[in-house]
Amino acid sequence: MTVAPKREDYDVVVIGAGPAGLAAAATSAEAGLSTLLLDENIGPGGQVFRAIASTPVTDRNQLGADYWVGADLVQSLRASNAEVIHRATVWSLDRNLDIAVSIGGASAFVEAKRVILATGALERPFPIPGWTLPGVMTAGAAQTMLKSSALVPDGRTVIAGQGPLLWLLAAQILRLGGRIDRILDTTERGNYFAALPHAFAFLTSPYFAKGLSMMREVKAKVQVVSGVTELSAAGDGQLASVSYVAGGKRETIPADLLLLHQGVVPNVNLAMAAGVEHRWDDLQLCWSPVLDASGNSSVAGIAIAGDGAGIGGANAAVVRGRIAARAAVETLAPAAAAKLPAMATLRADLAKAERGRVFLDTLFRPAPQFRIPSGDTIVCRCEEVTAKDVLDSVAIGATGPNQLKAYRRTGMGPCQGRLCGLTVTELMAQARAKTPQEIGYYRLRAPVKPITLAELAAVPKSEADIKAVVRG
Amino acid sequence: MFRRSEQDKRPHVQIFVDGVAVAAREGDTVSAALLVSGQDARRSTAVSGAPRLPYCMMGVCFDCLVTIDGVGNRQGCLVPVAEGMQIEIQKGKREIGK
Repeated sequence: MTVAPKREDYDVVVIGAGPAGLAAAATSAEAGLSTLLLDENIGPGGQVFRAIASTPVTDRNQLGADYWVGADLVQSLRASNAEVIHRATVWSLDRNLDIAVSIGGASAFVEAKRVILATGALERPFPIPGWTLPGVMTAGAAQTMLKSSALVPDGRTVIAGQGPLLWLLAAQILRLGGRIDRILDTTERGNYFAALPHAFAFLTSPYFAKGLSMMREVKAKVQVVSGVTELSAAGDGQLASVSYVAGGKRETIPADLLLLHQGVVPNVNLAMAAGVEHRWDDLQLCWSPVLDASGNSSVAGIAIAGDGAGIGGANAAVVRGRIAARAAVETLAPAAAAKLPAMATLRADLAKAERGRVFLDTLFRPAPQFRIPSGDTIVCRCEEVTAKDVLDSVAIGATGPNQLKAYRRTGMGPCQGRLCGLTVTELMAQARAKTPQEIGYYRLRAPVKPITLAELAAVPKSEADIKAVVRG
Repeated sequence: MFRRSEQDKRPHVQIFVDGVAVAAREGDTVSAALLVSGQDARRSTAVSGAPRLPYCMMGVCFDCLVTIDGVGNRQGCLVPVAEGMQIEIQKGKREIGK
C-alpha cells in the first residue's frame, strides 16, 4: 500500500500538495522534468482544498466555489507525469538537496536538482488561559473535519478570534446544519482605522464582495459579539465555559466546544532546517523566508511557494507555485519553458491575487494580549511551560529561544516549536525590550518531524558510514 | 461535540477503541472517528498527565497522539481508519515495546 519513490534522483521535488505544490508539480511535469510530489496527508489539497478528491460534502454550494477550484488543480496534476506520494513525511532536506522521507514507517532518500517547498501555513498560536483543555480546538481543525468527514459541531459551540477563515468556517458549519452559539470577534477597533488607507485595493479585490456576503449570512443566524478584549476557557479536564470581556463588560457562557482562530503563519520548520534565511515580518507578525521574485531562497536550488513564502492566500499560492516551477524549468530545460505562460504574465497574475492583502493583514493583525500571554497561561503545549516560566527564565539569564530550551525545554517536544515558537519569540522580545528579529527563533534541525530510532537504524549504511562511528 | 452530516454516504468501517467497537466511515482519520464516536478519547500528556484532545487536526500539534495497532505515539489526525483497526487511548508517554 505504501510506495517508495521510483527513482533516486529527480529534476524537481515538490514538498506539499496544497495549492502551490499542486500547481508547481503539474507545471514542472508538463514541461517534461522528472517530478516527485511528496505530501504528508492522505490525499491532495493541503488545508485549503483538504479532501478535494474524497469529500463527502457533495453539494458544491456548501463548501463554496473557491474550494472546488482545487479539483481542477488535482486534475491537471493527474494528467501530468508527476509522481505523487501521499502519507510521505519529509524529515530532512539539506543544502545538497538531499531529501529524507518517511513512508509507511521506513525512510527513503532522494536527490533533487531543484526543490520547491510548498509546506504552506499553520494557524497562529492562540495562547489564552485554558487553550489546552479538551474541547478547545482551532477553527482550522473543525474545518478539516467538515471537509474530509462532513462533521459539524453539535454541542454548545463558541467561535472566537478574527480573520476571513473564521467567517468562512462559520458559514460552512451553518450550511451543513451545525451549531454555533456565539461568535466572539477579537478584531481590535483601532485596526479598522489603520486598515482604511489600504481599503481601496481591497474593495476592488474579489475578496470584498465574497467576504461581505459571508459575514451577512452568518450574522443573520448567530449572535456576534465584537470588540472582545479578553478571552479565556475554563473547565475541569474538559471545556465547560468561555469567559470574555467586550466593551468593558465580562460575560461567561457555558460551552462544549471553543474554536479559536487568529490568522495563519508560514510553516517554516523544513525551510529553516535546510538553512533558508528568514526574517521577521512586522506586518504579518511571523517569520518569512527571504526570497527573490521567482521564489528562490538563500539556499541554491531551494525555492519556496505558497503561504510558506509569506501569507498570500490560495490564489496567490497557485501562481507562486507556477512561478517557482517555471523558474526551475528555465534553469533545467530552457527550451521547454517557451511552452509555459510567460513569467511577466504570471507576475501580473500574482499581483492580482495579492490585491487587498495589506488591508486584510492590517485589519486582522492580532492584538498583543492574544499573542503575548502572561501568568499561568501555557506557552509551550508539549512541555507545558507557562508564560511565567518563560519570564522567570529571562530574569535569570535566558537570552533567546535557544537558551530557553536549556532552562525549560520549550520547543523540544514533538511539535518542535510549531505551536510555541512565535509566542516565545514575542514574549522574550517584550521582556528584554528587543525586536523579534534580534531575539530570533529556535535553531531547527532534522528530523523536522519525529521518527523512531528503529527507523533511523534501519536506514541503509555504507562501509564508510559504519567506519566513521565504529571503534577498532 | 461533533456529529455527522446526513449527506455522508461513505461506507462504514468498524474500528475498536480500547476494545469497544466503533462505527467510522471510509476516509475518516483516526482522530475524526474518535471525536465523533461519543467515546472518551482524551489522552493524557507525558509531562503532567493533563487530559488532551486533538487541537489542530493537521499534523502540527501532536495532541492527537494515540496507539494504533500496537504502535504508540501515532498522529491520529494523519492516519486513515481501516477495518478492524485497534485503537488505544494513550495515557502518558509511549510504552516500551509499543
